[in-house]
Amino acid sequence: MKLSWQQITLPALALGLLAVGAPGRAQAQAAIKIDGSSTVFPISEAYAEEFQIQKRGKVRVTVGVSGTGGGFKKFCRGETDMANASRPILAAEMEACRKAGIKYMEVPVAFDALTVVINPANTWAKSMTVAELRKMWEPAAQGRITSWNQVNPEFPKDKLMLFGPGADSGTFDYFTEAVNGKAKASRGDFTASEDDNTLVQGVESNKTALGYFGYAYYAAHKDKLTAVAIDNGKGPVSPSLENVTNGTYNPLSRPLFVYVRDTSANRAEVREFVQFMLTNGNLVSEVGYLPLPKSAYDLARKHFQAGKLGTVFGGRPQVGITIEQLQALEGKL
Amino acid sequence: MSAVMTIEELRNGLAWRKNLDKAFVVAGLLILMSCLGLLALLFVDLVRDGAARFGWDFLTQFPSRKAERAGILSAWVGTSMIMLVTAVVALPVGVAAAIYLEEYAPKNWFTGVIEINVTNLAGVPSIVYGLLALGLFVYKFGFGQSVLSAGLTLALLILPIIIVGTREALRAVPKAIREAAYGLGATRWEVTKDHVLPYSTGGILTGLILGLSRAIGETAPIITIGALSFIAFLPDPPISGAFPFVNFAWLKSEFTAMPIQIFNWISRPDQAFQQNAAAAAAILLAMTLAMNAVAIWIRYRFRKKINW
Repeated sequence: MKLSWQQITLPALALGLLAVGAPGRAQAQAAIKIDGSSTVFPISEAYAEEFQIQKRGKVRVTVGVSGTGGGFKKFCRGETDMANASRPILAAEMEACRKAGIKYMEVPVAFDALTVVINPANTWAKSMTVAELRKMWEPAAQGRITSWNQVNPEFPKDKLMLFGPGADSGTFDYFTEAVNGKAKASRGDFTASEDDNTLVQGVESNKTALGYFGYAYYAAHKDKLTAVAIDNGKGPVSPSLENVTNGTYNPLSRPLFVYVRDTSANRAEVREFVQFMLTNGNLVSEVGYLPLPKSAYDLARKHFQAGKLGTVFGGRPQVGITIEQLQALEGKL
Repeated sequence: MSAVMTIEELRNGLAWRKNLDKAFVVAGLLILMSCLGLLALLFVDLVRDGAARFGWDFLTQFPSRKAERAGILSAWVGTSMIMLVTAVVALPVGVAAAIYLEEYAPKNWFTGVIEINVTNLAGVPSIVYGLLALGLFVYKFGFGQSVLSAGLTLALLILPIIIVGTREALRAVPKAIREAAYGLGATRWEVTKDHVLPYSTGGILTGLILGLSRAIGETAPIITIGALSFIAFLPDPPISGAFPFVNFAWLKSEFTAMPIQIFNWISRPDQAFQQNAAAAAAILLAMTLAMNAVAIWIRYRFRKKINW
């Protein structure tokens, strides 16, 4: 074979010209575009996978990971049908959607329980109060609270090693809001990582370490970590499906949402997909998250069918709200 | 003490210098081996971690919530299509720019500025290209979050590498060859096309491969322009049964790519996905090596024709 420059460049140029000339063929197939939180991603992925299998490829579902904030940005520009969110929509995002004329429904799909974990060799901190957590994590603790006995005089004088997610994470926002009373207010001198597996390893290999992350990571490493029971004034409560569902795992349990654009919800495939999400809670537990109680799914489905618009949170996150209280509230756009 | 060395001293000195020479060869080999050894170690480690997942299924299945059912079909197809667009765009543009700079451009302050900028572009962080592409290709030109946008972005990214590589290759062609051709009355374009380019093809392709090898592993810019994480269908095939037999709808298609799939699997709570990530990373490495092998083969074919 003899290659020459003409033989290489001519087809390349021809390809290039054709590419410019040929308009992209319109997609005839029904498609659902989802983007947003990395925490909610495994849930959406599971539903998307099953839904496409059920529909035998007639519907295309794509899921992107831009983070909750990034997901809302695209959603409010009208680029996606659904936004995955690990926290309620914020006031600024509501404003962006309003300006673009985009209306939406807020659909809770699962629970996440932020789990505080310690090394199995740690015998003293199997349960902790929210006040103790706050003492450990508040901004004022930086550089001052460095050993366990400073948190509680009954704890040993061992070095306190802290592990937590980085500041871009929705988990960080929620934990700081719930424990320190203000989102993103935290001490800075802890080992932060966006990769939760790093946090797992950190706590696993240090006897005096403490860390926090989403329930799914604890569920996958149950044998190597101990979950701290949280005492919010009514005795210690450990993270479990039962305690999260009945609202006693407080204040560290949070609902996860998808936001669905109203015009998208008028399309049959989107409608069907959201209903599918609200009928198969077992897929949620399969990927390590906690499903809502059946009554909550039923109510969510009713709200969705009735086209209940807007968020019930009014643009700021609320901590320690039960799913029943949440669903009883009025929506706001 | 005499100023003249005795034959003994001369021999000793020579032997010492020869030993030094040998020591340098050994040191160089050791350094080379440790680099290659590191690569081999990495590859073997990935292959061992991912061993359980290799197989036809892994290549032909879409991502899934179940690690043992998940595959990299959409990822490797996406990566291949992006690389195709990148190569098709970056090669002609990069080579043309290099030919102009090397063979045509007068040496003045203006070309000086261009040259410095081309070299600087090679050092711009890839995320910056991603941001540029998000504004320009995705929104301004309306290409959307598509294979086309991703390919163009990576083409921009590797353009400086190709330009610099091509210029080096052009410069390596002896001046005498150009002068001989000019002497026979050839125009500048004829000299370039018939003499300089054929002789420098090997070097140009090396530049292209260096560029593509960098592009294939890039994650940041394609995340920025909106690569998806879960996509369980393939774009329309580029070849169709009906006229005009080629189809360019795939250019507009949404995509995911190997590095994104790997990153997604690494950050999963379920440990079984770590195996998938290792297996996918090994395959990505193998894709890079295969690409390099093809380039070496083409370069060999071209070199055989050169006889100065």
